[in-house]
Amino acid sequence: MPVRSSRSVRQGWAGFVASGLTATLVAGAAQAATPSLSGEKAAFPPFDVVTFPGQLFWLAITFGALYWLMSTIALPRVGAILEERAGTIARDLDNAARMQAKAEETALAYEAALTEARKNAQGIAQASRDAGAKASEERRHAVEAELATKLATAEATIAATKTSAMSNVRGLGSEVAIAIVEKLTGQAPSATEASEAVDQVLARG
Amino acid sequence: MAAGGGIDPIHQFEIKPIIGLRPFGLDLSFTNASLLMVAIVAVISVIMIYGSSQRSVVPGRLQSFAEMIYEFVASTVTGVMGKEGMKFFPLVFSLFMFVLFANMLGMIPGSFTVTSHIVVTAAFAFLVIGTVLVYGVVKHGSHFFGLFVPSGVPGWLLPFMVLIEAVSFVSRPISLSLRLFGNMLAGHIALKVFGGFVVALLAAGGAATIIAPLPLLLAVALTALEFLVAFLQAYVFAILTCVYLNDALHPGH
Repeated sequence: MPVRSSRSVRQGWAGFVASGLTATLVAGAAQAATPSLSGEKAAFPPFDVVTFPGQLFWLAITFGALYWLMSTIALPRVGAILEERAGTIARDLDNAARMQAKAEETALAYEAALTEARKNAQGIAQASRDAGAKASEERRHAVEAELATKLATAEATIAATKTSAMSNVRGLGSEVAIAIVEKLTGQAPSATEASEAVDQVLARG
Repeated sequence: MAAGGGIDPIHQFEIKPIIGLRPFGLDLSFTNASLLMVAIVAVISVIMIYGSSQRSVVPGRLQSFAEMIYEFVASTVTGVMGKEGMKFFPLVFSLFMFVLFANMLGMIPGSFTVTSHIVVTAAFAFLVIGTVLVYGVVKHGSHFFGLFVPSGVPGWLLPFMVLIEAVSFVSRPISLSLRLFGNMLAGHIALKVFGGFVVALLAAGGAATIIAPLPLLLAVALTALEFLVAFLQAYVFAILTCVYLNDALHPGH
């Protein structure tokens, strides 16, 4: 237990109060430590004024050295490292962004080319389809025309055949009529009379 | 550690000379405190200078630790003071690191806590306030003292406000130094006292021996708490430094 030191502090405080000085706690503490100046041992060490110059002296040296080391070597160096890293990261990110933009551009170009090709293919298909349709149409027309010609020829042949058949029928009719009349009357009519009579019958129906 | 038959919690704060130096009648001996100060600078230099010596874009363990601390302090500085606050970055960084490693190395059993001495914390506090004053006056001239004159205060209230502002300004270095000093001192005393309880209870024998583990558990918990406090106080010191320096950058409310 801090019996010895607390007593000395208490004595110091008593002395301090008795002295009637208005001072801060620090000054009071220094007051408390005053006896040690006069050689008495066991002052509270933190308030032992005797040690102050030495402590301040070494503190000034060490803290000055630390400040110098930090401000001229350590901090600029660490700051530079951090800056460099930030720069590297930013540069890498930039590069990555640029690469990505490039890739997207390429993808777009590819897409466009693909669309173009598709459109071309469609055009070609349409054109060939049109050409095919046109060709078949032409052929159809040609065939139709040919068929029409054949039909006309056939019709003409039929008509000619029919006319000749009809004239044959008339000739045959007058001959039959002459033969019938001759059989009935015993007297043959002239060919002209017979053919007139046949014409009359034919015209009636 | 046992002095005078008991366990003395104050013993750990004693300053013992290692190499005597007495120029001009001043005691400038290289002491255990000086040794720790040198150790602090050495450890920080190893982390920050050796750690960053590879300058690799993909950092190793030590380098990423150095970068982590750098970015932590830099974000604190810019968060409080803005971009222009970076001119104070080396100062805030050195202060933060020195205080942090003073506190942390002080946690090593048998070592010495530099920041448990008020002369050290006060020196830091006055360094900060001195920087604020010098920079503020050099940069803004008399305009800097507008800091003490809040705007939009009725005339009859102004003297009181100026007085209050002045008192608050003067109390800054005091609170800044006492906060760190008090935390480190009290924490280390508490640790030692609980450690002393364990020894005392064990020595007492009988029933007392059985409850000896209780203060031991507390000492373990306190140790964890002390590590938290060690970091937290360094951070508080750094952030208050930023807040005060911000006044020098942008005086006037």
